[in-house]
Amino acid sequence: MKKITIVTGHYGTGKTNYSVNLALEAARTGEPVTIVDLDIVNPYFRTADFGSLFAEHGVTMITPDYANSNVDIPVLNFDLERIASDPGYLIVDVGGDDAGATALGRYAEAFAQYGEQLDMLYVINCYRYLTSTPQEALEMLYEIEQASHMKHTGIVNNSNLGSETTAAHIESSLPFARELARQAGLPLLYTTYDDRLSPSGVGLHPVHVHVRPIWD
Amino acid sequence: MKGNEALAEAAIRAGCKCFFGYPITPQTELSAYMAKRMHKEGGVFLQAESEIAAINMVLGAASTGVRAMTSSSSPGISLKSEGISYIAGSDVPAVIINVQRGGPGLGGIQPSQADYWQATKALGHGDFQLLVYAPCSVQEMVDMVVKAFDTADKYRMPAMILADGLLGQMMEPVQFPEIKANSIDKSSWAANGHGNKREHHIINSLYINATDLEEQVIERYKRYDIIKETETDAELYLTEDADIVVCAYGATARVVKSAVNTARAEGVKVGMFRPKTLWPFPVKELNQASQKASKLLCVEMSMGQMIDDVKLAINCSKPVSFFGRTGGVIPTPDEVLEQIKSL
Repeated sequence: MKKITIVTGHYGTGKTNYSVNLALEAARTGEPVTIVDLDIVNPYFRTADFGSLFAEHGVTMITPDYANSNVDIPVLNFDLERIASDPGYLIVDVGGDDAGATALGRYAEAFAQYGEQLDMLYVINCYRYLTSTPQEALEMLYEIEQASHMKHTGIVNNSNLGSETTAAHIESSLPFARELARQAGLPLLYTTYDDRLSPSGVGLHPVHVHVRPIWD
Repeated sequence: MKGNEALAEAAIRAGCKCFFGYPITPQTELSAYMAKRMHKEGGVFLQAESEIAAINMVLGAASTGVRAMTSSSSPGISLKSEGISYIAGSDVPAVIINVQRGGPGLGGIQPSQADYWQATKALGHGDFQLLVYAPCSVQEMVDMVVKAFDTADKYRMPAMILADGLLGQMMEPVQFPEIKANSIDKSSWAANGHGNKREHHIINSLYINATDLEEQVIERYKRYDIIKETETDAELYLTEDADIVVCAYGATARVVKSAVNTARAEGVKVGMFRPKTLWPFPVKELNQASQKASKLLCVEMSMGQMIDDVKLAINCSKPVSFFGRTGGVIPTPDEVLEQIKSL
């Protein structure tokens, strides 16, 4: 059955790393997976950086032609509507905050037909300045919905402090995530953690850290 | 936080009340952050009609004694150079941020360090210098913005943060220091209204008589001499017994550190010298770092610019080789390691 997951959030919450994990997890089950880089805001640290990893795992990657080039123009030169109608699992990695979500708004009408086959997940990081309280994170959630003309269906708690993240950081982010989910009236899908850590708590989901600086 | 956001937040916390900017990748998040936050802090954010307008607004605001800042990326900084020269010639403090990208010309939007010469030697016409700080992490971006405002105020001169696109765009944890109230008294020069109680202050960079201008420039150079003595800063990493000292600054230093660690694990006696101030260049610190070294290697995201200052600092007493990537290409730890081993 057709399934679409749209991943949104403030830039720097770890959307791209989460999307990469989502794609590789799905690919391991053998289903055909396509990941679309819809980021028209940020020219650095993006899904398009992982072309060879996706190729290795049989994931189809679709990125704007100009991703990672020196051409600084917000152009999406692929047909997302047609891609969405293809069978298999589709993941859409949206650019940061409401500015990034504006590009998604272009497809809101076309995506409406997928109903419950479509999930729009809001990725949060409580250690990220400006979305560090449930209220701030909720404001950004609404700003993204306004810009994209679409509604979220769930929340993914991806709270982290980059390479300094400890199990305790993950554990202490849980009340924040639950409170945000309550205020937003959305289910909290799970809380992700770096697979090298062993945090305790309920609703935890391991992810591998793919997005990292060149010197790590 | 993202590097660009951290620069902006640090400026706000350092008491910056006026920010004038014009968008350019890869520094735009800085302006966007200021647009969101500045009005809540009782400050002014203004997107000017051009980079040239923005820098002249900084000159105007700084002349009244308030902390003012602008930011841009390489091509935009070139446009600001006339205004920066005026700021230096007017003896007013201001902070300018350059999140460098590839050049020359429109160049590219990927990270670069090809504006070293511009920042340290030629950022505008005339006899002058500006303080140049080179952060290598998001935390240092915060610390150096605060330092830049304080030092600019102290010496009444412009200060620059010379970052690059990689630092501007990357996410790292940061801690904001407790920021002390700015205690520098600007009442002797700030043109902020005399209220009929004193002679009016004039902020000006035009001198009708050549001897007056010469006198003013010489006075400025006396300040530069003090700065060269007291304001240098550098990180010396594993240099005590190093036979090879690799010199790098900014994001490149992170790559170099990684290569140095690998080389050390393989038994190579190598260390790193990282200037945190590019002007004044840490001459004493480099000589200390390279005491035991027989050769030096300079690694930059350019065709080789800082290497000149490295050679000057050690008076060409030892061979200095160079490795660089340019045009927006970042050297990898493996490439640097290979260079170290080939020496």
